[in-house]
Amino acid sequence: MSVFKVFDIAGSGMSAQMLRLNTVASNLANAETMASTPEAVYRARHPVFKSVLNEMEMAGNQGLATVKVQGIVESDTAAVPHYMPGHPLANQEGYVYSPGINAIEEMADMISASRSYQNNVEVLSTSKELLLRTLQLGR
Amino acid sequence: MPINFDKALGVHDNALLLFERRNQLLAENITNADTPNYKARDIDFDSVLRGQQSGQLAMTATRKGHISSSTNTIDQHIDYRVPTQSSADGNSVDVQQEKAAFAENAVRYQTTVAILSRRFSGLTNAFKGE
Repeated sequence: MSVFKVFDIAGSGMSAQMLRLNTVASNLANAETMASTPEAVYRARHPVFKSVLNEMEMAGNQGLATVKVQGIVESDTAAVPHYMPGHPLANQEGYVYSPGINAIEEMADMISASRSYQNNVEVLSTSKELLLRTLQLGR
Repeated sequence: MPINFDKALGVHDNALLLFERRNQLLAENITNADTPNYKARDIDFDSVLRGQQSGQLAMTATRKGHISSSTNTIDQHIDYRVPTQSSADGNSVDVQQEKAAFAENAVRYQTTVAILSRRFSGLTNAFKGE
């Protein structure tokens, strides 16, 4: 039924933003994960969003645009070498590599994701309120 | 005098449909605020109203294969928003603007529900005749 579509829309937004928050958490948690080669180092992950027009509905021109995560891309930031001969993972030359994760960038991303999530929650609760009011019509 | 529900409710039942559709559109805009290349859409209220008042010329489906043309559906008046700022990823959603429009639309919806509610209680009073 068409009135309940708004829940699908806001719900898809919430799950997409939640995935974005998860990738931020993963990136921050692995910011100091060392590796002995630059190839083996953890790479920052970021989701790519895509809006999905529901084609089943397009016939009636009522396509609803939900959002989905098209894929997760790994960043190609170069690994940062550290000279730490005492480190258990150090290679022959005494270097370990850490992922070049920018904590500030990740924090900004986190704030943006949580704000977007809040917006979706607000849409959801307002729409729910409106529908409940309509249910009370004529009482 | 027979009671006609269409007359009793006036424009308000149609208005409720319009606000419900706009609510959905604005929800789409807010949800896709971070989607690259998404363009914000909205309903042009003025053109909906003008369409209602002028009663545009309708085409008649005279054969089976003809596509029926509804003259003034709400979806005809959906248009892309003119972005206030350009963005690098091609997204034209201004979340603040969308949120304000969403709140405004919700209040309009509630007003219409309140009016309809009054209309119904008026009708109930008339039926009872107390």
